[in-house]
Amino acid sequence: MPDAPGSPAAVAAAGAAPDLPVVAAAVTPTAGGWIGRSLRRAEDRYLLTGRGSFVGDHQAPGTLHLVLVRSQVASATIEAIDASAALRQPGVATVITAADLAGVAPLRGVLARPEFVATDMPILAADRVRHVGEPVAAVLADSAYTAEDAAELVEVAYGELTAVTNIEAALAPGASAVHEAAPGNVLVDVTPASSPGLDDIFASAAHVVEVEVSTGRVTAAPLEGRACVATFDERTGQVVLQTSTQVPHTVRTAVALSLGMDEHQVRVISPDVGGGFGQKCVVAREEVLTAAVARQLRRTVTWVEDRREGLTSGFQAREQFYLVRGAFDADGRVLGLDADIRCDVGAYSCYPVTCGVEVLMAANELPGPYRVRSYRARSRGVATNKTPIAPYRGVSRPQAVLAMERLMDEAGRATGLGAVEVRDRNLIDALEFPYRNVMGASYDAGTYRESLARCAELLGYGSWPGVQARALAEGRLVGLGLACFVEPTAYGTASFGMRKMTIVPGYERATVRMDPSGSVIVMTGTHSHGQGHATTYAQIVADALGIDPGRVRLRQGDTELVPHGWGTFASRSIVAGGGAVARASADLAGQLREIAAHMMEAAPGDVELAGGRAQVRGDPATAVPIGELARTAHHAAHLLPEGLGRGLEASSSFDPEGTFSNATHGAVVEISPSTGGVRLVRYVVVEDCGVMINPMIVDGQVAGGVAQGIGAALFEELCYDESGQPVSGSFVDYLVPTAADLPEIEIHHLCTPTPRTPTGAKGMGEGGTIGAPAAVLSAVNDALAQVGASVGRIPVRPADVVAAIAAAGGGRAPGDGLDTGAAPGGPPDGRRKTG
Amino acid sequence: MTDVHSIRVTVNGTEHELAVESRRTLADVLRHNLGYTGTHVGCEHGICGACTVLVDGMPARSCLMFGVQVDGRSVETVEALGTPDALSPLQQAFTDHHGLQCGFCTPGFLMLITAFLRETPSPTDDEIREVVASNLCRCTGYQSILRAVRAAADARAGS
Repeated sequence: MPDAPGSPAAVAAAGAAPDLPVVAAAVTPTAGGWIGRSLRRAEDRYLLTGRGSFVGDHQAPGTLHLVLVRSQVASATIEAIDASAALRQPGVATVITAADLAGVAPLRGVLARPEFVATDMPILAADRVRHVGEPVAAVLADSAYTAEDAAELVEVAYGELTAVTNIEAALAPGASAVHEAAPGNVLVDVTPASSPGLDDIFASAAHVVEVEVSTGRVTAAPLEGRACVATFDERTGQVVLQTSTQVPHTVRTAVALSLGMDEHQVRVISPDVGGGFGQKCVVAREEVLTAAVARQLRRTVTWVEDRREGLTSGFQAREQFYLVRGAFDADGRVLGLDADIRCDVGAYSCYPVTCGVEVLMAANELPGPYRVRSYRARSRGVATNKTPIAPYRGVSRPQAVLAMERLMDEAGRATGLGAVEVRDRNLIDALEFPYRNVMGASYDAGTYRESLARCAELLGYGSWPGVQARALAEGRLVGLGLACFVEPTAYGTASFGMRKMTIVPGYERATVRMDPSGSVIVMTGTHSHGQGHATTYAQIVADALGIDPGRVRLRQGDTELVPHGWGTFASRSIVAGGGAVARASADLAGQLREIAAHMMEAAPGDVELAGGRAQVRGDPATAVPIGELARTAHHAAHLLPEGLGRGLEASSSFDPEGTFSNATHGAVVEISPSTGGVRLVRYVVVEDCGVMINPMIVDGQVAGGVAQGIGAALFEELCYDESGQPVSGSFVDYLVPTAADLPEIEIHHLCTPTPRTPTGAKGMGEGGTIGAPAAVLSAVNDALAQVGASVGRIPVRPADVVAAIAAAGGGRAPGDGLDTGAAPGGPPDGRRKTG
Repeated sequence: MTDVHSIRVTVNGTEHELAVESRRTLADVLRHNLGYTGTHVGCEHGICGACTVLVDGMPARSCLMFGVQVDGRSVETVEALGTPDALSPLQQAFTDHHGLQCGFCTPGFLMLITAFLRETPSPTDDEIREVVASNLCRCTGYQSILRAVRAAADARAGS
């Protein structure tokens, strides 16, 4: 539909979703209320009909298109930049380099702790580039086509330096320094746990199991890449930045800091966002750059990332290495855990969470759902000349769970207990909650053992040995894998404060406002980008106010409209945002009861709100439509005593103490010994996220998360050559799973409502991604164990499987019919467990 | 050097005459010359399928076509399906089965499957999976999309 692009009204409206009914027809609420019902999403109707509003949709006449000249080398000094040929192109307005950005400060993510080395991420590289794809210059032209052409004409003379492109090279003595401030390339080096007596525990343990796992570099790859449109509004004196982000207020803070403006001088609008998965929960230099250029030129400027940029220059994640040892007693109970963790954090530290985000989480959360009482961990973040990392759905949990579950599998083999029994003996029992773990985290109640038992039962674990043996006799290698995990969700300020970030996220604030018609506007700082908050928040409000959720609209994604908040990431929204919405709604309900009580001459405590009416409990004759209360509160306030009515609005905040979802994932795979291909046969999730506000949306989050986890386990990897050139710059090379690659994901729920949130809901947005790599690798190794092979690295590539089988002796057990084909030799899998 | 051509194209039943550069993609023509912003661009190299539209009834990646190639042809975009107040049966099935989350890839799937169901009104589950595997979705894990397509096909068969 032709819109009126770029008009102030269009820009202002971009932050607000259109008013559309939550449900097609009015639905009579049940006694059970709206929470817990799989309502169709409020967002769907406009998204399904092409009426959404994504940043790249807006191209006002006169817009300048910004295209970046990016570094083609991984490590170099910049000797000269010659933009003269580009500037001669018709349609080119200007070319901006770092020299033109005086007064624009770099992004600087800081952890105020001695184990952290702070480094700057320049908005444009000035004298040094540190990874391929780093922005060096910005071409501004009247069309994206012209700007692309001109960008190719910008000549950059580089003085190439030696690039360090992996952890080993970066840590080697004498390695080139990515940053002068960190001569050994270690930007973070923490030892968050060091239990006394651990060496003695290992020395005397009945079983010591050691595993190594490593995980390939991946990226969130949201289908909508990053995109910005910035203008300078002379009327308000504001830079107005539309950007595809999960965290509008954090972007505002960063832009204001970098441009030296007060925060009110920056307005960040994030309309519909086409996926984020963490990549958009940090601030990109392109966001700051677009805003800076718009202010400088007093023009509307747009930058829209293309996929090649996204895969090579967008934030990446999860290239990690774990060496984990577990001490177990003769009964298979874990006595101690010792971990050495290294994360390749790339060339820069992202703002605001810093390059420590993976490093800290990996060490802090490794013990997971298990009763670990003695623990030592060292975790390092190593700089390399590769694209920087940022959080990606689950951050370090998929890798930490991978390491722990591999440890449990090996412990099950070493003790003879098997995968289920060894886990069951070590999982925290229902009677132990709230459980304070070895790192000091307090777990609220969950169903750790129950979810394992249920998942094992659903997969037919009891009869699995027979199934597996019969398959082997038929020449088929099949495996069953399990992964148990706890998902810490919705960290509050107390938890984030312990990281020592310079800005500390965690709380959320909501305003709930009833208009004179009795409809409700909810405003929050969370920012749904697929999670369906317009629906789930409406369900929370509807229950509190006794109204139809179709009367509730959400406003989000505009720093001018909504309370200060921290956005949507870290499985926090339904807890922190939903919690604030619930509290504010309860406050507003109290106001409505008081107005009704005054009108009915009853006590507020006797008034109930339900079915769109207020009435004295048990007396339908007293019923007054809630819309009438709203009208009175606004349009006939003279009938009410002072202090009542005169508007109907409540605001509240919620700062969660943290709540812990849990799940067990189970996978069945079949491996082709000849090709090394892994096919997923079954995938089962048994999860517990407390109260589900909307079970349909929960299932969608689980299924989508599992798909991403399977992608990381089997398909996805961003590869670099030894000089630091990225070689996965398209979806031909970076294999996001398709419908043909995934099994049906069977989802089952247990429900332990948490007392720590107003609704009883726990966060759950990351769980699917967290469990899947471990479950898949566990299944692969269950299959490979039959031929004496194993793999310890994801993605599990066909060549890795073939090489592992070959290294184990060809995989031909006496009498079996396995066709190992012409397996290439290849090096033995150096990552095999040694326990 | 600009190389501009005059084209005449019918989009969703409305004829448009416009001048476009020869290298301008169909996606850009639809989105930015004509304002059909429901068509989204996800990869610009023909893999993700978010930009899928129908050209003379056949699904096409509009990022891999030039605007000049639709001169004299008929294009359907997501805006040609139902409206927010009156969803098409396929769109209704998508909302019923939670076949979308962020909604960015959704128009491409809807156009792909619209053409598929016209051609294959009673598909098998394998056929559905195969066609859904043509496009990428990063949010759903696809199973809700598969269910939506199954439901839409069954509804057609039953009606």
